[in-house]
Amino acid sequence: MWSRVLITVILLAVASPARAVLTIEINKGIEAGIPIAVVPFQWSGEGVQPANLREVISLDLNRSGRFESLPKRDFLSRPHSLTEIRFKDWRLLKAEALVIGKLRSIGPDQFEVRFRLIDVFKQKQMVGYVWKVSRSELRSIGHKIADIIHKELTGLRGAFDTRIAYITVVKTPSQGLRYLLQIADSDGFNEKTMLDSKEPILSPSWSPDGRILAYVSFEGGRSTVWLQNIKSGKRAEIASFEGINSAPAWSPNGKQLAMTLSRDGNPEVYVMTILGKKLQRITRHTAIDTEPAWSPDGRYLVFTSDRGGKPQIYRVLASGGRPERITFQGKYNAGASYSPDGSQLVLVTNQGKGYRIAIYDFASRSIMELTRSQLDESPSFAPNGGMVLYATDSQNRGVLSAVSADGRVSNLLKFREGDVREPDWAPYNR
Amino acid sequence: MSLKTKLILVALFGLVLAGCSTTEEEINAAEVADAAAEAGATALGVGSKEGTIGEVLEDDETADAASEDGAEGQAGEDLLALRVIYFEYDSADITAESQAILEAHASNLIINPGIRLTLEGHADERGTREYNLALGERRAKSVSRVLQVLGVGEGTIQTVSYGEERPAALGHDDSAWGMNRRVELLYGN
Repeated sequence: MWSRVLITVILLAVASPARAVLTIEINKGIEAGIPIAVVPFQWSGEGVQPANLREVISLDLNRSGRFESLPKRDFLSRPHSLTEIRFKDWRLLKAEALVIGKLRSIGPDQFEVRFRLIDVFKQKQMVGYVWKVSRSELRSIGHKIADIIHKELTGLRGAFDTRIAYITVVKTPSQGLRYLLQIADSDGFNEKTMLDSKEPILSPSWSPDGRILAYVSFEGGRSTVWLQNIKSGKRAEIASFEGINSAPAWSPNGKQLAMTLSRDGNPEVYVMTILGKKLQRITRHTAIDTEPAWSPDGRYLVFTSDRGGKPQIYRVLASGGRPERITFQGKYNAGASYSPDGSQLVLVTNQGKGYRIAIYDFASRSIMELTRSQLDESPSFAPNGGMVLYATDSQNRGVLSAVSADGRVSNLLKFREGDVREPDWAPYNR
Repeated sequence: MSLKTKLILVALFGLVLAGCSTTEEEINAAEVADAAAEAGATALGVGSKEGTIGEVLEDDETADAASEDGAEGQAGEDLLALRVIYFEYDSADITAESQAILEAHASNLIINPGIRLTLEGHADERGTREYNLALGERRAKSVSRVLQVLGVGEGTIQTVSYGEERPAALGHDDSAWGMNRRVELLYGN
């Protein structure tokens, strides 16, 4: 299963200087995904087309590991409407599904996107949509189309039209290290810097409505917790007690923030109400208790504690109570968070072969490693549970990688500059 | 006779006494020597401001006397030059070697009541950043406890953790990791 085909897709960064990702390397198993033919969209308008929708859609589908977007050099015809389709052309390619569409300029910064997904065997349209959008929204439409295709053909909604947050560390000749809090589309495009600081930033966490980021900043000379509105950029410090203020995690209803505070002497998990900043202490132990994360139903918190001698994952009622130990396998388990359906945790484990990303399954109580390198950390599930985004090391640089929840496909987002780390995958709401 | 000049004379007397003392007095001697150096330094500052050459000369003599203080004092000074306490993996235990360094710093802090110390805790890059932030704090507090047991006032010390965010050594091997699991002792006001 580990014999692999490496596909490197080099994205040409000609159109927009805002593109931060240089390449996306897809590392997939030999088991092929669903073969799908994505025909280049017909462009009607002046000049070159403002977005290559086929490229956006194909790359998304390939990244998921569940599809194999067929190379266009094999396409015998290039239909753009239902009447132009010759089904035998696509049966010959063994394509199960066909994607056709049109991109049309309909006014100043106004474009119409038409898209149809066709079942090649039934010779029938499965879905079709039309959107009217501005130039800046075109890539997002490509991701939406990939999400729809994913849902129609696998039953599971795609998570391509979502965003990620992460920290980039860049070396500047004049100012030394700069720490950037950044957000981008799920493929690393449309990068935007939310905060530029000389001091470390870590642990960005999306609010459930996708409008606010909580994070830890050292700008005051020590770790304090901040909230920042994505749209307005406005920010406020929410926890600056004595000692550590860190590891913010939103409750599923968005009304509370679990966090780690050492105001009482050593790191303990607390829950704070966003309105009123009312604090409830959840853990009471002389050991380290940190990295709280909520269950999707809001009932439980999991956290990392070394009360048993080594860092392991514990679970406690979010209203407080007696914590119960969850992980027993391996000498190090930390940084856990729940899968969207609540049946699994993704965490950092060390089973003696390095720090790797793994899935803990509540039903079988077993840990399955998803990655194979030495210094992987900061995993978070995609909002559909299909993939896990995490930070790893590639040629001595911090990079982001996504791996399918079954471990079979992974892809590396190689950014243009800096060390990239601490990713958090946003929820569906944009 | 100004207060500064009096202080220097007291310090010089102290040194003379220290020179005559027996072994069990030697730690006191080291302390007095440090006090003398401190007093001298202050005098130098004031002296050069006022332009009174006589006091500056006295300071030179103090420094000479302090440098002849003997092996014990010299060792204490060497330890004071060590400002970093290192730790084992996932540990905040103080080694015997570190204990000796901290004893020297504790003595120094006790005889310099105005000076504050910041203990900056750090971790190596392995494992999660948040756990390492907690681990850095545990190390800083571990050092703080030792200093307090040695008589340093709680108000003199403050702790801060940077976790793995401020590595002293880059690289992904045992030697870099060993350099990064540390508490830095930073003197300030």
